[in-house]
Amino acid sequence: MNTFSNAVEPLRLYEQLLLIRAYENAIVRGSTEGRIPGTCTSVGQEAAAVGAINALSADDLILTNHRSAGHLLARGADPGRMLAEVMGRRDGYCMGKSGSLHISVKELGVVLTTTIVGGELSLAPGVALAQTMQGRPGIVACFFGDGAACEGSFHESLNLAALWNLPVLYICENNQWQAFVHRREAMSRERVADWGAGYGIPVRTVDGNDVFAVLEATREAASQVRDTRRPALLEMTTYRTRGHFEPDDQGYVDKAELAAWLARDPIAICRDRLIAAGRLAPAADAELAARVDSRIATAVAFAAASPFPAVEELTLDVYA
Amino acid sequence: MPTLTLNDAVGLALAEEMRRDHKVIAFGEGIATKRHELVTEFGALRVRNTPLAEGIIAGTAVGAAAGGLRPVADLLFAPFLCYAMDELVNSAGKLRYMSGGQFSFPLVTLAMTGAGWGIGAQHNHNIEAWFVHSPGLKVVMPSTPADARGLLKAAIRDDNPVVFLLDIGLLYQPGEVPHEADPMPLGQAATLRSGNDVSLISYGKTVHHCEQAAESLATEGITAEVIDLRSLKPLDEAAILATARKTGRVVVVHEANRLCGVGAEVAALLAEQAFTRLKAPVIRLGGPDAPVPSSFPLEQATVPQADAIAAAARRLSAPQPA
Ligand SMILES: Cc1ncc(C[n+]2csc(CCOP(=O)(O)OP(=O)(O)O)c2C)c(N)n1
Ligand SMILES: [Mg+2]
Repeated sequence: MNTFSNAVEPLRLYEQLLLIRAYENAIVRGSTEGRIPGTCTSVGQEAAAVGAINALSADDLILTNHRSAGHLLARGADPGRMLAEVMGRRDGYCMGKSGSLHISVKELGVVLTTTIVGGELSLAPGVALAQTMQGRPGIVACFFGDGAACEGSFHESLNLAALWNLPVLYICENNQWQAFVHRREAMSRERVADWGAGYGIPVRTVDGNDVFAVLEATREAASQVRDTRRPALLEMTTYRTRGHFEPDDQGYVDKAELAAWLARDPIAICRDRLIAAGRLAPAADAELAARVDSRIATAVAFAAASPFPAVEELTLDVYA
Repeated sequence: MPTLTLNDAVGLALAEEMRRDHKVIAFGEGIATKRHELVTEFGALRVRNTPLAEGIIAGTAVGAAAGGLRPVADLLFAPFLCYAMDELVNSAGKLRYMSGGQFSFPLVTLAMTGAGWGIGAQHNHNIEAWFVHSPGLKVVMPSTPADARGLLKAAIRDDNPVVFLLDIGLLYQPGEVPHEADPMPLGQAATLRSGNDVSLISYGKTVHHCEQAAESLATEGITAEVIDLRSLKPLDEAAILATARKTGRVVVVHEANRLCGVGAEVAALLAEQAFTRLKAPVIRLGGPDAPVPSSFPLEQATVPQADAIAAAARRLSAPQPA
């Protein structure tokens, strides 16, 4: 509970959770109806994204992966431009070249996004090197999954960042799944943090479904990186509740495990805490939900009205 | 004849070969989940999910092949093969030769590629020519379920490493697959349609675009011969030369970047060995020198479509300037 009182604007965090959920649900609905391409949603992982991103400073740089909608929205990305990108439209953040899986928004410090699993881990030390050598204060936050931690690039990245004293905060969203393989079937250790410790990097683990705990843990880890100019690793334990990529019937998922995690829904946890603390009345909750829904409805309409890029743009931006 | 999708034909070939030869094993990211029937029939030792790590997956396939097994490694999407490049190119492709023939590497790597899913350049990149360029590797890219089954069976029995590419756009298209379970030899092109006026040479999904182009050309009195290369290395040079000598006009079509693509090799072969029989310059139709965009209309624009192929064939069939 002590973490809760440290959150400057708990309602703002809550609203971001709602926004991410509504955004992802709009994609799910749209893809079922064939209006929006399917994608990897972050449903179930909203607290990890919101808690971590809100603990970063404006001058920190972010690298992320295919399951990035939460990171982008929490950082302030416009859901309309994100949806336009998902739909391959001209007003998307990447002019329709990216689609959903690799949206970067340089103006928000989301500098590189890659869907090559482990790609962000390969790039993070270099981004941090550029920060350090040019005397910039911001640290580098690198978001990745438990699956990415199985790639060689994870291990190479941690070793180099530790060796060269690079200010990288490695943030693992351990959502228990690596596409259609459970992490139990793919990792020699229970936790990614165990591996980080092997490289002499300070590690922390946190309940990724408790937005206030994530906020606190990320603040601690980020200030450690900021103060020491050395890497740290934060592992957030969470769960991917909607499957890998829409549509996904999750026939391969253990029903009891899924049910247990659905019972720990990050939005419900946050709402209950706010209500218990007297910070959220039912009417205010409904108002927030309505505001978020209308924002997403506007975003969907904006994206759908955006034109497709002209065919001439096919070869634009290949070379500098 | 039973009808199967290309994806199911791959599953059928895997099952048939695993049944025939206990040395055949299969592993990869999610293969035991997605082809669970193989686990049921052959057990969890022969069909395994792996950690998400293409380098070690490919490396393990190479090592296991040298040790006497016949691994099939599923690496999902062609761009992910970049993480496995060292193992495939430097080890699988070279260590037989570098060891003076002491070892062989009977392995298959499966990977999907091509337009149709709109998911962007890190999933869709037609890199087949890279492997054609690498000594010691064979490269196959089927265009029908029947070919996928027959060629995969041959690839698994082959004593060389084979990069077996699956066109995403064709994966869930149904097609007839014969009851007979014979492998189809690698390195044999198929003549899908005979014609006298122009040859359309292709592989993967653009084979079907060539067939559509041939249909429309036929209504204009131009008869096109459609050749499906099926295997890019070994390349069926005899079939390429034969059709070129017959029609004297050739359009080579593929989705991969035109620059240094397989079409360039075909055109060079024709220049070297069929020059005097050509009635017009060879035309290559291929993708642009650009990563494949996610946006649907742009993605489609990277793929040579039937209209463009027919237009090229018409250009060749018109009287050539002296
Ligand atoms: C190099 C590479 N291999 C495989 C894939 C296919 N793929 C995309 S996401 C994914 C699972 C990644 O798992 P994890 O890193 O835990 O992230 P999560 O999807 O769980 O968020 C896989 C296998 C890929 N995109 N890149
Ligand atoms: Mg995961």
